[in-house]
Amino acid sequence: MTVMTPAAADRVPAGTPTVGSGSVVLRALLRNKLAVLALAVLVLLLAAALFAPLIAPYDPNSQDLLLRLRPPAWQDGGSGAHPLGTDQLGRDMLSRVIYGARVSLLVGAGAALLAGAIGTVVGLVSGYFGGWADRVLMRLADIQLAFPALLLALAIVGFLGSGLWYVILVLGFTGWVSYARVVRSEVMSLRSRDFITEARAIGVTDATIMRRHLLPNVMAPLATIATLHVAAAVVAEASLSYLGLGVPKETVTWGSMLADGQLYLGTSWWVAVFPGIALMLTSLAINITGDALRDVADPKAYRR
Amino acid sequence: MSDITLEQPPTPTAGRRHDHHATRLLWFVLKRLGTAVFVLLCTATVAFFLVRLSGDPVKLLLPPDATAAQESALRSSLGLDRPLFTQYVDFIGGLPRLDFGNSLVYNQPVSRILADRLPATIELAAAALVVTLVVAIPAGIFAAMRRGRGSDHAVMTGVLLGQSTPPFWVGILLVLVFAVGLHALPASGYGTFAHLVLPAVTLAVYSVAVVARLLRSSLIDVLSSDHIRSARAKGFGPLKVVLTHGLRNASLPVVTVVGLEVGSLLGGAILTERVFSWPGVGQLTIEAISNRDFPLVQATVLFFAATFVVVNLLVDLSYSFLDPRVRTSR
Repeated sequence: MTVMTPAAADRVPAGTPTVGSGSVVLRALLRNKLAVLALAVLVLLLAAALFAPLIAPYDPNSQDLLLRLRPPAWQDGGSGAHPLGTDQLGRDMLSRVIYGARVSLLVGAGAALLAGAIGTVVGLVSGYFGGWADRVLMRLADIQLAFPALLLALAIVGFLGSGLWYVILVLGFTGWVSYARVVRSEVMSLRSRDFITEARAIGVTDATIMRRHLLPNVMAPLATIATLHVAAAVVAEASLSYLGLGVPKETVTWGSMLADGQLYLGTSWWVAVFPGIALMLTSLAINITGDALRDVADPKAYRR
Repeated sequence: MSDITLEQPPTPTAGRRHDHHATRLLWFVLKRLGTAVFVLLCTATVAFFLVRLSGDPVKLLLPPDATAAQESALRSSLGLDRPLFTQYVDFIGGLPRLDFGNSLVYNQPVSRILADRLPATIELAAAALVVTLVVAIPAGIFAAMRRGRGSDHAVMTGVLLGQSTPPFWVGILLVLVFAVGLHALPASGYGTFAHLVLPAVTLAVYSVAVVARLLRSSLIDVLSSDHIRSARAKGFGPLKVVLTHGLRNASLPVVTVVGLEVGSLLGGAILTERVFSWPGVGQLTIEAISNRDFPLVQATVLFFAATFVVVNLLVDLSYSFLDPRVRTSR
């Protein structure tokens, strides 16, 4: 569903149905104050991830065993040198939280892109051609759904080895079904529209129709699902890292920081709390943005 | 929405029609059972080959200075020297008898280990289900009836928070407040009711959010339909209308999505068990994966997949009881 009315979409010249709607979406998003706040948080996070080496006061892995488990600056015993304190190996919490954003956002975006690419192709083919291709692909989707995603990810990462790319691949290959279903249903309703039948009548190939005429029209719902999936992937990566089965130990992740921090909860709350807050803020900000996108793209759902 | 209180008048053919529906329902159940068995077979096959793609458990079980003779002796005693196909056939053949082989680490039948750990997981899941129903149903009804007002926004903010917070972070926060801060409840362990409270709440947070959100939105849909309006016109109070007419119709989409969310809930159970050192199947799964205990991993993966499949089967079947239209159109 785009912000255009169905009638307008039919009249628009082929291939350009949604050009310009990006700014409409953005303007509508900016009217939602909560979404603006969420977007601001996301921009900050993205900046932290991109410029981590410039912003972080220390190397996130450099240890100082004389300064172990120092509290944050505002508590007794804390100092401005380590604003958020240090962990059990004397590593700077602030630097680690900043570096943690890298893995989280990279995995989140990577998994959503991969799942989105797979799901979109499956949905386009399934919805456009119908018939046996549709039946096979949708049955495949059912089977995929029957595997609990986290468990599958656990088993694959646990057995094939830990690594950033494994985590992205696993989360990408387990997350495509919702994209495929939505694209399929959109394509099925678009398939019989005039601008598609006309394109077919003048001899445009199926591949071109899918790429130039159908794909632009499913971008809005795709963007919504992808946003929500980024949040899910961020949480899934943190879960795997918390269980010690995600990325290697040397990589700084919020999930593994939480697992470490849990051991020191009784004496040093900050080791677990700061990565936890960062994780929750990230997931919350992405979810709010996704919800706002959906409200803009699908006004019917707005009243809910 | 059709009026669900309308009964078919008794006709001479009513008995036969009833038989017809029963046959259809039976056929539907059989078809779904067939799919379920197929999905479980796929899962078993994937699990079997996946664990074998990874490292060698024999190397992990023996000290690094073990001789080749010791290695091959252990390999043959574990049955890992047989051809892959034989191992696969044995594994699949044992499934109907719930024979998953022997654990490589514990040296016991896997089924017995699973049976030992199962009660703790069931206890946790049941407690979380109770928390979910007790919190989410009133919250959803309350928010739907006060749609757009402050109290609705408060519930929806809670829902958003609950859906965005990973279970292990919820658990750690609860431990920090109620165990470390207030000394009111134990931080981990198993056995008494006090030990159950924090894990159950931790596991329930996500499902409370999902159920409350869905119940609210589907109640809002149902409340604007004709039969609700006529019930209101008859002079029933708003809460009575919701409870007697709205809830049953609104429960259909909720049940559907809960079925699909079972996967997340199982993942949540694994994480929750880890946070609280809960001696259930979730902890067992993680131990088995890190120990490369092939038979145990296969069995735990199958256990979770079977739970998912069975819950979704029950969800499909519950449609025909929740919504008479499904019963007659099938």
